[in-house]
Amino acid sequence: MRQTTDIITVEHLSHAFGNKTVLQDINLSIGKGEFVTILGPSGCGKTTLMRLIAGFLKASEGKISIAGHDMTTTPPHLRPVNTVFQKYALFPHLNVFQNIAFGLNLKKLPKEEIQKKVKQVLKIVIMTDYEERDVDSLSGGQQQRVAIARAIVNKPEVLLLDEPLAALDHKMRKDMQMEIKAMHKKLNITFVYITHDQEEALTLSDRIVVMSEGVIQQIGTPTEIYNEPKNSFVADFIGESNILNGVMIHDELVEFAGHRFDCVDKGFAENELVDVVVRPEDIYIFEMSEAAQLSGQVTSSIFKGVHYEMTVITPEGFEFLIQDYHCFEPGHTVGLRVKPFDIQVMKKERLCNSFVGTIVDKSHVRFLKTNFKCNSAHKFPIGSKVRVAVEFQNVILHDSEEEGVLTGVVSFILYKGDHFHLTVRTKDKRNLYVQTNDIWDDGDTIGISISPESIHLEPV
Amino acid sequence: MIKRILSTSYLGILLVMLYAPILIIIIFSFTEAKVLGNWTGFSLKLYTSIFQGGIHHSLTSALYNTLIIGLIAAAASTVLGTIAAIGIYNLTPKSQKVMQMVNTIPILNPDIITAISLFLLFVSLSISQGYTTVILAHITFCTPYVVLSVLPRLRRMNPNLYEAALDLGATPFLAVRRILLPELKPGMISGFILAFTLSIDDFVVTLFTIGNEGLETLSTYIYADARRGGLTPELRPLSAIIFISVLVLLLVINQRAAKKKL
Repeated sequence: MRQTTDIITVEHLSHAFGNKTVLQDINLSIGKGEFVTILGPSGCGKTTLMRLIAGFLKASEGKISIAGHDMTTTPPHLRPVNTVFQKYALFPHLNVFQNIAFGLNLKKLPKEEIQKKVKQVLKIVIMTDYEERDVDSLSGGQQQRVAIARAIVNKPEVLLLDEPLAALDHKMRKDMQMEIKAMHKKLNITFVYITHDQEEALTLSDRIVVMSEGVIQQIGTPTEIYNEPKNSFVADFIGESNILNGVMIHDELVEFAGHRFDCVDKGFAENELVDVVVRPEDIYIFEMSEAAQLSGQVTSSIFKGVHYEMTVITPEGFEFLIQDYHCFEPGHTVGLRVKPFDIQVMKKERLCNSFVGTIVDKSHVRFLKTNFKCNSAHKFPIGSKVRVAVEFQNVILHDSEEEGVLTGVVSFILYKGDHFHLTVRTKDKRNLYVQTNDIWDDGDTIGISISPESIHLEPV
Repeated sequence: MIKRILSTSYLGILLVMLYAPILIIIIFSFTEAKVLGNWTGFSLKLYTSIFQGGIHHSLTSALYNTLIIGLIAAAASTVLGTIAAIGIYNLTPKSQKVMQMVNTIPILNPDIITAISLFLLFVSLSISQGYTTVILAHITFCTPYVVLSVLPRLRRMNPNLYEAALDLGATPFLAVRRILLPELKPGMISGFILAFTLSIDDFVVTLFTIGNEGLETLSTYIYADARRGGLTPELRPLSAIIFISVLVLLLVINQRAAKKKL
């Protein structure tokens, strides 16, 4: 799939606005003619990455090469890159023809050639005979086509598309996706497509770059990303999934939800703690029988058009999301089965919260810019550096900010079948990972405390 | 029914109160009487005599000065104000707030304070007072208004337009000239007109900066004339002409705005 020549290489690229880091050590190469999608939730840094490639922003650190030249500091008008902006950014005082001819006019091409090229490109975007129209009189989809035409008429090496379909309605978006894909085939231009819509990314791309919090989480083909997500963030973000804590008993045998399952994953340590992903469409659901690996009771069943989406809770208290063509009514007892191939085992990114802290006095240790009471602080000399470990379930969250010793905002929630795994971001932008049975919402501001006996210290 | 009669008559009274003085001036511009209020029969003589010059030469030259000063001051403050607005727009939100306040202070500042401070400034810099000082003074108090009429235009503009131009190969200079300025044109035009009318209208600042070399604008001329005892009758047709011109200008602008919206 990848071709040998890279059209864009990004090396150790970092960017910060003030003291807020938005991109961290990004490394990425994009092959000539490839269709690469940069996918991530809003605020993950994908637009910043696009703006750095286009040249609208100057990188704080790192290198960007385009078509073999170092272009880290090249201004945007000298880069062989054209952009389709999210809100089209058509020039309102110019008509369709003048908008598309803008770049060609700057190159001082002869009039007849400009005429010809504009006509050609209008044909590609299926907007023939719209030359004289005011851009304000066009519908959203038509404006989008003109914006694409205006960019591709310049024959750039790379076309950047920043959420180009975000403002269109569902049906229109589907149609435009197909057209963009067809255009890519026809034009042989490298497309870099920015989106937060995972379905769009899976449909369009040769390769997907999944980003979160300014860091690349995984790069891979749509099937790789979907079937073999590298971590729980990717699994949760791409498609629906059941993500659970598991233990790798030995190669090809994993335990989760209180049962052991055959799987195809190898190379983990014995009894290593892992994350397990099972896609809802990969769980077989049937009347309780001998064949069942798990039993459970249906708690809800919703018709989704093509399939039913059901939740099943097992006697051990684990919840599974299941999609199937057959409907089982709530209250029904069912059997569940997963094929070894459909179980994706992922290394855990971390097993506990770890920080570097300083001993303040006999009973306190300081980390996250806060003094915590700690039972084992007396074992270390005052002022010495220590490694601090706090298990996920030992971080206590409070409704009111005053009850905690420091405050934070819930920034990411992952449901793990029988509990929630939260990412809590403290005031000075450090992450704390918390396991809890309580329901919190994204964006909740909460108080955080840790009991003195559950702060474990180790010498650095 | 009664409610409607009441509301219409209220509106009627309000309009009469607002426009009666101007109407009276216009009506009495068609008679030759020296004193306002005496009707000595219909005549266009006052209209012809403004343009004959001669005895009323000082009036026409005051009008001429007013227009020249207005045009230069409006043009200069439009340029300065537009550049300032673009600069403010590109600041961080926090500095934008500060700059906007700095921009509002001269607008809220009483005219007399502006006038005295400009007068003292010119004296201390020993710039001889005349055309230059009046124009500089007018630019000073007009520019903030232009900033105020261009900034909203910038805020409403798609923030990617300028970048789109750069992206398509325009140098920063060309992107400003071909994309940014045409986008800001309506705001600049209304800023220009506002500055022009403010300049024509101004009396206090002009009086303090005009010096005593015999330079007169319309406002200082009328003031001096009134102090000499009685207003020159020709002021009546002149007021009528200015009022009608402004009215026509306003109608044209509104028409343009309405067309733009369609």
